[in-house]
Amino acid sequence: MPKSDSSFGSASPTRRQFLLTTSSTVAAGVIAAYTPAHAATEFADESTAAGADAPSIEGEVPITLRINGKDHQLRLDPRTTLLDCLRETVALTGTKKGCDHGQCGACTVHVNGRRVLSCLNFAVTHDGEEITTIEGLGTPEAMHPMQAAFFTHDAYQCGYCTSGQIMSAVALLKEPCGPDDPAVKELMSGNICRCGAYANIVAAIQEVRKRA
Amino acid sequence: MHNFEFIRPADQAAAIAAAAQSKTAQQGADVRFLGGGTTLIDLMKLNVETPARVLDINRLPLDKIEVTPDGGLKIGAMVRNSDVANHAKVQKDYSVLSQAILQGASAQIRNMATTAGNLLQRTRCIYFRDTAMACNKREPGSGCPAITGHNRTLAILGASEHCIATNPSDMCVALAALEATVHIQGPKGSRAVAFGDFHLLPGNTPHRETVLEPGDLITHLTLPAPISGSKQVYLKLRDRASYEFALASAAVVLTIASGKTTHARIALGGVGTKPWRSSEAEAALTGKPATEAIFRQAAEAALRDAKPQSENKFKIELARRCLIHALGMATAS
Repeated sequence: MPKSDSSFGSASPTRRQFLLTTSSTVAAGVIAAYTPAHAATEFADESTAAGADAPSIEGEVPITLRINGKDHQLRLDPRTTLLDCLRETVALTGTKKGCDHGQCGACTVHVNGRRVLSCLNFAVTHDGEEITTIEGLGTPEAMHPMQAAFFTHDAYQCGYCTSGQIMSAVALLKEPCGPDDPAVKELMSGNICRCGAYANIVAAIQEVRKRA
Repeated sequence: MHNFEFIRPADQAAAIAAAAQSKTAQQGADVRFLGGGTTLIDLMKLNVETPARVLDINRLPLDKIEVTPDGGLKIGAMVRNSDVANHAKVQKDYSVLSQAILQGASAQIRNMATTAGNLLQRTRCIYFRDTAMACNKREPGSGCPAITGHNRTLAILGASEHCIATNPSDMCVALAALEATVHIQGPKGSRAVAFGDFHLLPGNTPHRETVLEPGDLITHLTLPAPISGSKQVYLKLRDRASYEFALASAAVVLTIASGKTTHARIALGGVGTKPWRSSEAEAALTGKPATEAIFRQAAEAALRDAKPQSENKFKIELARRCLIHALGMATAS
């Protein structure tokens, strides 16, 4: 089935943009009265709302994360997982929270080029390290070959696990892995897909591996 | 999650000094070392672990694999599980270790989890992980609802009337068969502990799982020089093909000459309250012909003391067949 590309470059607000806007508006209202467990502050340029005036958090830890090639100076509650930091502090929501307990793989990102589960990492342990998320792989106009292959092979249904699947699949290209489908399935077993798109996921990965 | 103070000790001595402030190194520790986080952070989210201080030891220089003067292997505490499994010498001389690691968890978790952390991973018993339930391991004296409850995945070897929790590790089963040594640096100096002595049986104190005391830091493991010509197999049986804990597993290190077993090291996983070395199976094999009849006798011996619970009697036969099949694979290869 041909896929519509209408969500990209459209003049009307997309669902994602709508959610981003409303959630940050709601969050701003909440922060005024209450500091959540994963409260954090990002010090970027002058244009950001949160700046030097932001309330400090007890026990906060200053760190720098290099995310998708850009340095982010952050002050984090040490309880903040890398996943929550990416989604809530840096507003990169492509990385998904599934189980939050290391059992589903939806939160897979790369740290220093290796795939890890961002839900079982405290962000403060990654001071100075290089983080790559799905947003750092490609853009709708210039997709990473793995993103393009997932699109071509219809390797998803609801899409919730997809960013984790793709981050795992890209890391797999550099790992020891036998040539056949069972080897790929074994190394992708940490990424659960409730829709059951596994056959197409394996096909997409194998196409990229054969072209490489 | 409870709040904690995050500390990155400058060196090993500072890490040990800070950890020595803890009242215990076992369940209830108020100071914890943080490695890969795959167990600790999970349990902190569940409020099963509530340390007041977390010591990040990820940048301590304990991340090397080196050949020892006697031809064995030294594996640093912070070497990630995937790096052990994919190391050329491990694959060549200690392949049971590589096989066991690669059959555990997922690629992401193996990239995170450390060598020392794997030794300290906690049981998957659902009563331990749920703070609404009683658990003698989590809250000594509160009781063990698993014994009369859901115990299908729990232990049939080494349990007590106070705890039947299974040790979940695959890597440790291989390390038991390879007769590894655990090297510990503590406030009073360093010591070496034979792998079989590192984990404790639950007995009356299921909250005590290892010999570690406050301030004790595992620095590395050593493996003895490889036994030339040994056949090594790790076989794992579970509810799904991958990314699942063992219902039963077997690590086999076997040397055969003229059709007879001259050296056997056997350990079982998924069935014991600790990684289960079976000297009974080893004795049944050594000096005997490497035949299926003898393998059956060895499996009988290994499970002779097994005590099933209401839901896991099947594990006795499963573990027997697992060991017999693993021995068959080792002799066929």
